[in-house]
Amino acid sequence: MPLIKNNQLIDDNWVRWDGSSPLAGDVIVSLEVWNEHKAQLMDHDGAVGVQLASDQAPDLIQQDLSHLDLVALEFPAFKDGRAFSYARLLRERFGFAGEVRAVGDVLRDQAFFMLRCGFDAFEVADATALKGFLEALGEFTFVYQPSTDNRRSVVANRHATSVAAE
Amino acid sequence: MYRYDEFDQTLVDERVAQFRGQVKRRLSGELTEEQFRPLRLMNGLYLQLHAYMLRVAIPYGTLASKQMRMLAHIARKYDKGYGHFTTRQNIQYNWPKLHEVPDLLADLATVEMHAIQTSGNCIRNVTSDQFAGVAATELEDPRVYCEIIRQWSTFHPEFSFLPRKFKIAVTGAPDDRAAVKVHDIGLFLRRGETGEIGFEVIVGGGLGRTPVIGKTIREFLPKQHLLSYLEAILRVYNMLGRRDNLYKARIKILVNSVGAEEFARLVEEEWQHLKDGPLHLPQEEIARIHAYFEPPQYESLPNDDEELRSRKLSEPEFGQWVDTNVAEHKVPGYAIVNISLKPIGGIPGDIEADQMDVVADLAEKFSLDELRATHEQNLVLPNVKLSDLYAVWQGLKEAGLATANLGLISDMITCPGLDYCNLANARSIPVAQRISERFADIKRQKDVGELKLKISGCINACGHHHVGNIGILGVDKKGTEFYQITLGGSATEEAAVGKILGPAFAYDDVVDAVEKVVSTYVDIREDDETFNQTVARVGIKPFKEKLYAAH
Repeated sequence: MPLIKNNQLIDDNWVRWDGSSPLAGDVIVSLEVWNEHKAQLMDHDGAVGVQLASDQAPDLIQQDLSHLDLVALEFPAFKDGRAFSYARLLRERFGFAGEVRAVGDVLRDQAFFMLRCGFDAFEVADATALKGFLEALGEFTFVYQPSTDNRRSVVANRHATSVAAE
Repeated sequence: MYRYDEFDQTLVDERVAQFRGQVKRRLSGELTEEQFRPLRLMNGLYLQLHAYMLRVAIPYGTLASKQMRMLAHIARKYDKGYGHFTTRQNIQYNWPKLHEVPDLLADLATVEMHAIQTSGNCIRNVTSDQFAGVAATELEDPRVYCEIIRQWSTFHPEFSFLPRKFKIAVTGAPDDRAAVKVHDIGLFLRRGETGEIGFEVIVGGGLGRTPVIGKTIREFLPKQHLLSYLEAILRVYNMLGRRDNLYKARIKILVNSVGAEEFARLVEEEWQHLKDGPLHLPQEEIARIHAYFEPPQYESLPNDDEELRSRKLSEPEFGQWVDTNVAEHKVPGYAIVNISLKPIGGIPGDIEADQMDVVADLAEKFSLDELRATHEQNLVLPNVKLSDLYAVWQGLKEAGLATANLGLISDMITCPGLDYCNLANARSIPVAQRISERFADIKRQKDVGELKLKISGCINACGHHHVGNIGILGVDKKGTEFYQITLGGSATEEAAVGKILGPAFAYDDVVDAVEKVVSTYVDIREDDETFNQTVARVGIKPFKEKLYAAH
């Protein structure tokens, strides 16, 4: 599946591993596979990521995050917005610095919100999605809320403006 | 009033451009209706029975006269010359054409208005007391906090795809006109033990299929923690609210299933991580927003106008209107004027473009340029001098807007029902019209006294029937419209859900049934008892006996 990262389409080197085939390369596994093969995966030379279903909150892997290079969060349907909170928890509360990837029903029109919540990679349906994604990311100049992306909020901007004017 | 700065204006303008692009993609076929649906719903555009419907946000119900004039312009240019005020202090247009909606939004943006988050599973337009800033009993103007919440909730990256829609109401007065106890979050401004002003936080109220009165999860929240605490509530809800069943997805279901105490504990736990973070509200920011809501320069006037008193006597019709529709203002010599949008036999909440212009002119001339929309589908001129009341009344009367029925039985909340809505099971508007005509005699209504009647055309309860003193719910029985009656509901600080009286009535019989309920009340009430006090004293049995005796 095409992957958008750092505002460009890149080759996705990660593969899904379900525990049945020989372990090789950079792998993404489900929470269940991670729990079952944890020792083997921790010893693995390649990078390891865990994919969480939308009813699996990241505190389930909080203790394991130092062993992970990627967390993928599922959007089973675009309107299931739990992963927006999960992404923020991963970044802001658990300090996870690896890749946070959006998978599933990932809409161009949600890209702006996803980026703000700490997602940095998006699995998209097809390669033509890139143009729309890039457009969507630039649609708003200002943001009202402080969030994971550390963009300066309107309140902070106003304060800066009034200080400059003084 | 709040005024946009460059940040607010840029955001709204960019939103118009974004939606223009989305409409273009839809019209060119790049987007299917299914793909377009979530996008238009984020922008208040519904597909109704006959056409698109656009809902425009009126943040906490406050409007300047030039904004009202723009709403009139939009009604003329893009609709059929009228608009409909809703129970969420918003206005709806029933006939816009999709390809014209971007231009409509661009027009709105020129007067600092938009349709952002008036639909969809996100934080909706924040509502408030229509007497905010002018009510004598008020602790503080709640609109300051409404505006702070409006900004925080606009395009919130984490909370734009919640399990279900989310409504927040704030009030600053102990007498609640904003129905805060039937909102997902209700905030009451309260004085804490040290004298400091903060919020009582009520969560999990709501109407719909499962009416619930909200529960207090925090008695006192200092102001500086407002946003971090809201963020904690929303995060708990976003992660734990049900997503498997549309009808069980509101926060009230979550609060009921885990219990209010456990819910409060979850919120407190989450809040510990957030409370002193970047959402901490600096005093300077509160003061900055507060400055927009500073009281206007009132003149010092006597609180008694001799001419007004003699006018009331010489023109009883005017006197009646003053007694019913004019409320006390916190400043001597001023009054709050309620404009009823419930003419006898009319469509509750509807207003024509020309009437909007009249109201705008009156607001500009006599109400310090300000007006309000109420959740009871009426309008308010909040700052009228006693000595100007007569001129205001004359202006309203000429425009057909001087119905003297505020708070009386014909001043009812009514949803659009089967005449417009594709969720409805039954018509609401004609029922309201017939009840209104039955009680057309204002003197008779005044004899009955204050009585809140509310009508919904389906179980989703947009007409707030659960909290009507008399509630009417339209149901469909094998293709025929029937109407269930409830008694004893209230949306005030003494919020209560009404009790079902008995089997539903046919369309042709429902008005007779309402009349019987009212006459029973008038017969058995003691002294100055209100309708709900009588119901509380005697229960619903006496009503039941009268209504079903002949059946």
